[in-house]
Amino acid sequence: MEYTYYPGCSLEASAKGYDESFRFVFQALGQKLVELEDWNCCGATYYMATKETISLVISARNLALAEPYGHDLVCPCSSCYTILYKTNHILKNNRIMKAKVDQALKKDDLKYDLGIKVRHPLEVLVNDVGLETIASKAKISLAGMKIAQYYGCQIVRPDRGLDDKENPQMMDSLFAALGAENVYFPMKVRCCGGMLMTTYPDVALELNKKILESARQNGANLVLTTCPLCQINLEAYQDKINKKFKTDLHLPILFFTQALGLALGGDPKELGIKRSLIPFPTKENRLEVTK
Amino acid sequence: MRARKRKAETEGAYSRKEKELRDSLLLQVANIPGGESIKKCIQCGSCTGSCPVSYTMDITPREIIALFRARDIESILSSRTIWICASCYACTIRCPQGVQVTDILYALKRLAIEQKIYPKRFPVYSLSKAFVYLANRYGRSYEPGLIVAYFLRTNPFKLLGMIPLFLKLFFKGRIGILPKKIKGSKNFSKILQEAEIMEMVVPVVES
Repeated sequence: MEYTYYPGCSLEASAKGYDESFRFVFQALGQKLVELEDWNCCGATYYMATKETISLVISARNLALAEPYGHDLVCPCSSCYTILYKTNHILKNNRIMKAKVDQALKKDDLKYDLGIKVRHPLEVLVNDVGLETIASKAKISLAGMKIAQYYGCQIVRPDRGLDDKENPQMMDSLFAALGAENVYFPMKVRCCGGMLMTTYPDVALELNKKILESARQNGANLVLTTCPLCQINLEAYQDKINKKFKTDLHLPILFFTQALGLALGGDPKELGIKRSLIPFPTKENRLEVTK
Repeated sequence: MRARKRKAETEGAYSRKEKELRDSLLLQVANIPGGESIKKCIQCGSCTGSCPVSYTMDITPREIIALFRARDIESILSSRTIWICASCYACTIRCPQGVQVTDILYALKRLAIEQKIYPKRFPVYSLSKAFVYLANRYGRSYEPGLIVAYFLRTNPFKLLGMIPLFLKLFFKGRIGILPKKIKGSKNFSKILQEAEIMEMVVPVVES
């Protein structure tokens, strides 16, 4: 199948490894990706919090640009996915908002005819490609990986009808099919605080500490995420958490596409795993990836 | 009857002008997509119980809904709650009545910003403003620019503390040197100008 790819700002910078591994995984599974030409920032939650109509217009520009491609729009960043999905939903259900947005888009001769489906790659992999196909194309077993599957807030909430909202299973079943062990992880959809790490760091550090401690207490040697913001919060602030709460956390945090890429025979460098601040695998729990 | 009416206008009750203002503010929030759900709240507190940050709020999400229905908009807009919400939607999905708590908090945030009810150098507003500035200018977000603009607006000294993390990310190739500008940025600003006007257009309630 062919998909239109909306990278989003993070995947060009702090989440570069997500971009690299995402492209690799889709290629390895024989799925075609075409990057959306001249996409703009989705507006993120910052914009949603200040100007409603403008935030919808900004993200609708991407939908309008993507429409002529004629394929589903795939957004790996959880925040972009949520915003674009929500915009699409509002435009489909609220004629007044649609009219306001249309009026603004007209200034650049753009038009959105509600023909786009916004999707997250995790769901595309599980539903379109299928677990059996992925497992059959896997070259390396992930046995030895004890994974805490961290979904974060935005991909299952509010209601997308994709997966269970409290206990999603998509990543769990994907990695179980690849031979990895999923540890019990009650914090899998607990919020990492998102932008609170900048605005109220004390609150966000506490949230992240709880998530990381839960993962470690349950025996995880790796945490997988679907979101650039979760990834950077959980990874880059572990030093600060250790200092503040006198803990000794040292858990590698990867994007789910990076671990999946390893199973599909990818090299850690081309999957962007070398970009991690906390090296994977760690010294203490060297993974024995067996063929 | 007349005596009681006069009393209502003097003691504690609001003048007509203030009442109109208050009503229009409340309407603005209730008018967002899903805003009508606020009427269905049964005050069970599932939202507060589900919220990962309610422990650090001054007014809990449940109380926000109650205050809203009691038309006490000042308490809400001057609370810490609307700013501490990380918009994780845990409350929204657990609400047995389908109240769109997160989206309502968004609307309240917007209202507080419009009414300029926030402290000086206020973190959330500063971050929003920095983000909006960059997004408007380049059409894309630029993380280092965002962080610098944010700390310049709030506490420039804290910027020094960010340098080690910046360097670590930089050497891993995770920070762009310059912001990327979209090609259609000229037309993008035209769209934004029009959107700004559309923002002013007050939505009519759709049945």
